[in-house]
Amino acid sequence: MNYMNFEEVHKKIKSRLQINSLAKGVFFFATLIGIIVLTILIYRVFSQSLGWIDWQFLTGKLSTRAEKAGIMGALLGTLWLMAVVAPVTMFLGVGTAIYLEEYAKKGPVRSFVQTNINNLAGVPSIVFGLLGLTIFVRGISLGSVVLSGGLTMALLVLPIVVVASQEAIRAVPQFLREASYGMGATKWQTTSKILLPASLPGILTGVILALSRAIGETAPLVVIGIPALLLPFPDGLLSKFTVLPMQIYYWTIDSALVAEYANLAAAAIIILLAALFLMNSIAIIIRNKFQKRY
Amino acid sequence: MDKTNIQKKATAINIKQLIEKNQSSMSRSRIVEKLMPICLFAIALISILTTAGIILTLLFETFEFFKAVSIIEFFTGTVLKPLSANPQFGVLPLLTGTLLSSLIAMFVAIPIGLMTAIFLSEYASARTRKVLKPILEILAGIPTIVYGFFAFTFVTPLLRMLIPSLEPTNILSPGIVMGIMIIPIVASLSEDAMSSVPNSMREGALALGATKLETTWKVIIPAALSGIIASFVLGISRAIGETMIVTIASGSSKNFTFDITQSMQTMTAYIVEVTGGDAPAGSTLYYSLYAVAMTLFVFTFIMNLIAQYISRKYREEY
Repeated sequence: MNYMNFEEVHKKIKSRLQINSLAKGVFFFATLIGIIVLTILIYRVFSQSLGWIDWQFLTGKLSTRAEKAGIMGALLGTLWLMAVVAPVTMFLGVGTAIYLEEYAKKGPVRSFVQTNINNLAGVPSIVFGLLGLTIFVRGISLGSVVLSGGLTMALLVLPIVVVASQEAIRAVPQFLREASYGMGATKWQTTSKILLPASLPGILTGVILALSRAIGETAPLVVIGIPALLLPFPDGLLSKFTVLPMQIYYWTIDSALVAEYANLAAAAIIILLAALFLMNSIAIIIRNKFQKRY
Repeated sequence: MDKTNIQKKATAINIKQLIEKNQSSMSRSRIVEKLMPICLFAIALISILTTAGIILTLLFETFEFFKAVSIIEFFTGTVLKPLSANPQFGVLPLLTGTLLSSLIAMFVAIPIGLMTAIFLSEYASARTRKVLKPILEILAGIPTIVYGFFAFTFVTPLLRMLIPSLEPTNILSPGIVMGIMIIPIVASLSEDAMSSVPNSMREGALALGATKLETTWKVIIPAALSGIIASFVLGISRAIGETMIVTIASGSSKNFTFDITQSMQTMTAYIVEVTGGDAPAGSTLYYSLYAVAMTLFVFTFIMNLIAQYISRKYREEY
């Protein structure tokens, strides 16, 4: 008895299988496109920066003459900026996360704060720049100094820190809290001595990722107004400053006039990408090494 | 006997002191307990104040702007000449620039991002996924200024070899590069949506004799559609708010045109140009900044709300 005509079945299914494997190839190729572009981008930047990154470039001052230009001021500016962004955003972000996870009662207030954080994450960075310009630069007349840039940037990356800290706090198991209360600890003692240490790796990972976002962000600082050729090095919270992305921006748009500026921009990009790579590696190491799984 | 008496006295004092000490630290911790929720709430308020600050500054300054320029002129004007002696403020050239560049970006990002998501979620082995996903995350972590540099110094010259009529600054090249920047957003969010479709549905379709492609197309994608569409909407929102790529590679001519080979200005690039030019506070030019930013904010805000709404409302619970 023959229930199935195998040849007939095979004929029918063959074209479907062929289409399937063709589709698999197309999907794989589409996945590769992103990777190919990434490779071209990095190769281009590397080849353009070749021979431009040297000691003089890293430690020199800015200059209109391409071969004498250095990025020390931009590097110091980035460090000063981070010195504002890191503590401010960590304080605000962790505080908000503790409030949302431990203290706020379920209800309209909490969901309002939470929705607000999610919406802030979607606001274009240039709008934050306008906020900084209106309030910090002009409103309280700080001018375009490290402090106003740092505060603007801290607000911009705040949602990243809040969400990461919330996840870290939520991951702390309930029995640790209960054990702490059982020993007679108060709520704040439990929060500050049990929860925060236990969730610290997750919080730090979030803070580092937020900082790496802040390092590469350009738009808000353009709006705040960073001069193209700033010679003195920044030496405090109230001094004028420039950062790497700003320098890349000015060199890129001026590369139409002076071709060598494109090389300078590429060299600065390499330094920027190296810094980002380093920070992300540290974040991954912290996450893998210190994060306990309960 | 004397000795024991003294000892007794000493311990008595010690215990008394201990109790007092304990009480004072108890009352201190009680104050801390009372204060902490208030402090934490105050910190949480900062994020609300940020939103309020953004909306209020934009609203007030936009209001000032509309005292000088009528709303109708602003939204229907096709001429934007903010710096001429007789300035005209029509936002349409900026809107077309923004929408065209976002459209080009999504033209690149949606198909490639979705196909990447399908490959990673349905076809790739666990090992391949483990290699490919971090690479895509690198693509998402590259600062936009680097993409701007790439668009200006590499993609535009390359495109000009293919399309000779392309201007040195144009909307096509930043649009494409922006699309590449958005691929990881679309891909990772769509992949999350697709891999949260339960395996039983996949197995059911495969057991009925469907090929992997048919399973993906007829079962997985419909089941994950809300998440996929939310990823598209978030991608568009990112494209609209993107600044540096378009500022660098699309120039600053305020053409009202639909010709993508020409230089156009987006809303974000306009904000950069005007603030970079140090517009005197109080001038109509200065206020126009906020009117444009308000338009931009409303656009992205609506997009984000739509995305949140879709993924919340149509999320299938398995």
